[in-house]
Amino acid sequence: MLVPCPWCGEREEGEFKYGGAAGIAYPALPEAASDTEWARYLFHRPNPKGPFKERWYHSAGCRRWFTVTRDTVTHRINP
Amino acid sequence: MRLASGGRIDRGRRLNFSFDGRTLEGYAGDTLASALLANDVRVVTRSITHGRPRGIFSAGIEEPNALIQVGAEPMLRATQVELLDNLRATGLTGRGRAVVADDGARFDKRYAHCEVLVVGGGSHGIAAAVSAARSGDRVILMDEQNEMGGRSLAERSPTPTASILASLTSFAEVQLLSRTTAFGLYDHNLALAAERRPDGQRLWQVRAKRVVLATGAHERPLVFANNDRPGVMLAGAVRTYLNRYAVIPGRRAVVFTNNDSTDRLVADLRAVGIEIAALIDARDGKVVSDTEGDERGITGVIVGGQRIDCDLLCVSGGFNPTVHLFSQAGGRLRYDQRLTGFIPDDGPPDVEVVGRAAGDLEISVEPSWLVPAVNGDYSNHFIDLERDVTVADLRRALGTGMRSVEHVKRYTTIGTGSDQGKTAGVNEAAIIGMLTGQPVGGVGTTTYRPPYVPVSFSLMAGRNRGDLFDPVRVTAIHSWHVARAAHFENVGQWKRPWYFPRGDETIEAAVLRECRAAREGVGVMDVSTLGKIDIQGPDALTFINRLYTNAFDTLVVGMCRYGLLCRADGMVFDDGVVMHLAENHYLATTTTGGAAAVLDWFEEWLQTEWTDLRVRCTSVTDHWAALAVVGPRSRDVIARLFPELAVDTHAFSFLAVREGETRGIPVRLHRITFSGELAYELWTPNWYGLALWELIMEAGKPLEITPYGTEAMHVLRAEKGYIIVGQETDGTVTPHDLGMSWIVSKKKDFVGKRSLRRPDTSRADRRQLVGLLPLDHGERLPEGAQLTLEPRNEPPVEMVGHVTSSYRSAALERTFALAMLKAGRDRIGQTVYVPLGDRIAAATVTEPIFWDRENVRRDS
Repeated sequence: MLVPCPWCGEREEGEFKYGGAAGIAYPALPEAASDTEWARYLFHRPNPKGPFKERWYHSAGCRRWFTVTRDTVTHRINP
Repeated sequence: MRLASGGRIDRGRRLNFSFDGRTLEGYAGDTLASALLANDVRVVTRSITHGRPRGIFSAGIEEPNALIQVGAEPMLRATQVELLDNLRATGLTGRGRAVVADDGARFDKRYAHCEVLVVGGGSHGIAAAVSAARSGDRVILMDEQNEMGGRSLAERSPTPTASILASLTSFAEVQLLSRTTAFGLYDHNLALAAERRPDGQRLWQVRAKRVVLATGAHERPLVFANNDRPGVMLAGAVRTYLNRYAVIPGRRAVVFTNNDSTDRLVADLRAVGIEIAALIDARDGKVVSDTEGDERGITGVIVGGQRIDCDLLCVSGGFNPTVHLFSQAGGRLRYDQRLTGFIPDDGPPDVEVVGRAAGDLEISVEPSWLVPAVNGDYSNHFIDLERDVTVADLRRALGTGMRSVEHVKRYTTIGTGSDQGKTAGVNEAAIIGMLTGQPVGGVGTTTYRPPYVPVSFSLMAGRNRGDLFDPVRVTAIHSWHVARAAHFENVGQWKRPWYFPRGDETIEAAVLRECRAAREGVGVMDVSTLGKIDIQGPDALTFINRLYTNAFDTLVVGMCRYGLLCRADGMVFDDGVVMHLAENHYLATTTTGGAAAVLDWFEEWLQTEWTDLRVRCTSVTDHWAALAVVGPRSRDVIARLFPELAVDTHAFSFLAVREGETRGIPVRLHRITFSGELAYELWTPNWYGLALWELIMEAGKPLEITPYGTEAMHVLRAEKGYIIVGQETDGTVTPHDLGMSWIVSKKKDFVGKRSLRRPDTSRADRRQLVGLLPLDHGERLPEGAQLTLEPRNEPPVEMVGHVTSSYRSAALERTFALAMLKAGRDRIGQTVYVPLGDRIAAATVTEPIFWDRENVRRDS
């Protein structure tokens, strides 16, 4: 795949590390979370067929994290 | 037999070659297959399962029979191998022979980018390339043959392409690649192709804005009894041999077809005087129901119960557009009634299919999938010649209740040969449809996956082998280690001295000696490979406090502290020492192997969670050489090197950091230890590394300072119960499991803290770090060995832990080990067992510390 880095432009997938689903924030008050809520934060991730907001890290380039929307069927990526 | 004239061979260049030990002759421009046919070699191999004689079946990449080996290269197709002088080939029965010796072939890689990649150098491909080139695009046109022209090369008078190709080469941005087979088309138009070169192969990785697939079509065989004999050939292939190579594969031909593409074959055969014994056209209701033959191949066909003599049977069952690359790229196929084949339907953007590959064929064809067996026996109706799969095999699979082509494929192995069933796939789908009452389109094809043709591991590796397999990192002192004949071990990409043998000393003797020196005198170790991350900014302390399990608020400038990192799930991730160098300036060391992952981890938190923190992290691993001077006499060495520095333990205490200089070399000294002994870590800019090392050796000479490697380091730290992340831990181990609750802050939050009171991580029966003392003092338990509570070697027996580190100790004068043991801390003093196949060892469980429990030596 070609991954569109917002800083470097489209680059080969091999330059990046995959960061999984985007928008899963580290809970503000971890100690206030129940065991179930905490387990959900740690282990539950969406895995949709179709558009998917996900994180990438340009590890062999500018070393910046960013988010894109990738269609998990066609691999079409929108910044 | 070779015709006296014609063809695209160079009759002025005769070539000698051998096949299965026979010396034969051909011409430049021949393939091995055309040369074999010219020499009347009919039987090339035997089939893989039934051992039936097989001959050349096609003239191209779809060849299912003529598998050969040339030198070290196995599983080539005779139809794809260009004839060379002194080529030595042997036939293969379904599998090749791996040759270990280097055959001198060179493999290389090229990366390329273009606006338009055209795959297939036939008329449609050339036209696409010309139009793209005229618009100023960068164009790559690749074709698997030794010359461009495609199907036209099989005509009696090929369309002249020389002038068009010449005009193409006049464009600076056009590249023509013949002998280059595109075998994979991946996401976002990345094409992989193998180019055959005189001395080896080249892997092309081409990223194209637009891909034009002009890959043509493969002819389909017909399925009838004994349709696999030598002399049964695809009709189009016979035309290719006739017109392109001036070879006639037989003298008396029968043509069996279900379409009008064979009309030109009949005309061409007649033109060179080949007798056509019969033209059997399924559209007229006539079929070849069976063939007769001997060890050399076909001798006749049965039509309507009558025998007709022949030595060549040309078959055509229609055409399959070559949709492999389109399909690999995610394109969908649909069944086309008119063509009786699968053609491209919905495809990815920027992939265009043209010509016969798109189903653009002028052909009148009637489906004729299976000629019924006269006696009901389908065991010689071959569908997949390479895998020897027959209609009887298909019926057996369907008889078990299978309906999907994917299941039938896995059960019968149809389509799984090195030809990937190019001549078998559509017939398979159609016959499954016939036998199960489904339309062909409903049965569908199996999934097309890369590679389109077999590719060698050597091609994938290219030059990334041997010394160039992976980058090698060495420290500033490497040349010294090499000169002292150190044995090295690989740690990530680093070469680290493993031990320094004296003379013909064994590793065991060397390590005992090196350990003794560090415990009794003074040793020195190159620890430059430690990961080093410079952390600066007004929020550096907040940042460090949030990540490490312990608190750093009380760490004053000029001191350092050991720290532990967990992932959010509470599992130990890395460890190291954090130095407080100046206000808002820290430096964290990491494990040698974990340096990159820790920096990535830091960046992830800074960039995605704590964007308000003003902190910058920089890798400085390669900036510093780091040398550990270790042992009770290490202070003497330091005092000699730094006469200005107060080195007594009150002035320069454990975990203190000092700046110094020795003979003009700037040095930062840290009193830290990974052995439990009094020790100093000396850091200097990498440039001075070797000079400082030599000064240390010189200053330590009267004390017989001993260089030691990673093996002695491992023993020393294990005696002291210090963990190695990745050895004692494996991503499922918490700080509490390691008995390191002392480093887990109760006051502040840190990443992973909440996880440490999850029901699972707070279980009392988790595996915990313990020491093991084998009852036999000479028994060195294998690392990774399982632990049991009962002395049983036979299953079932519960495995309650495993050995993580195990050594022979000079200081203890015996062997010892560290282990992760279920509820281990409750079992201290008990005996556990270690099943070792033919015997069972026993060991006493101990605290995971064997040396200087009170830290007297460390703090002295």
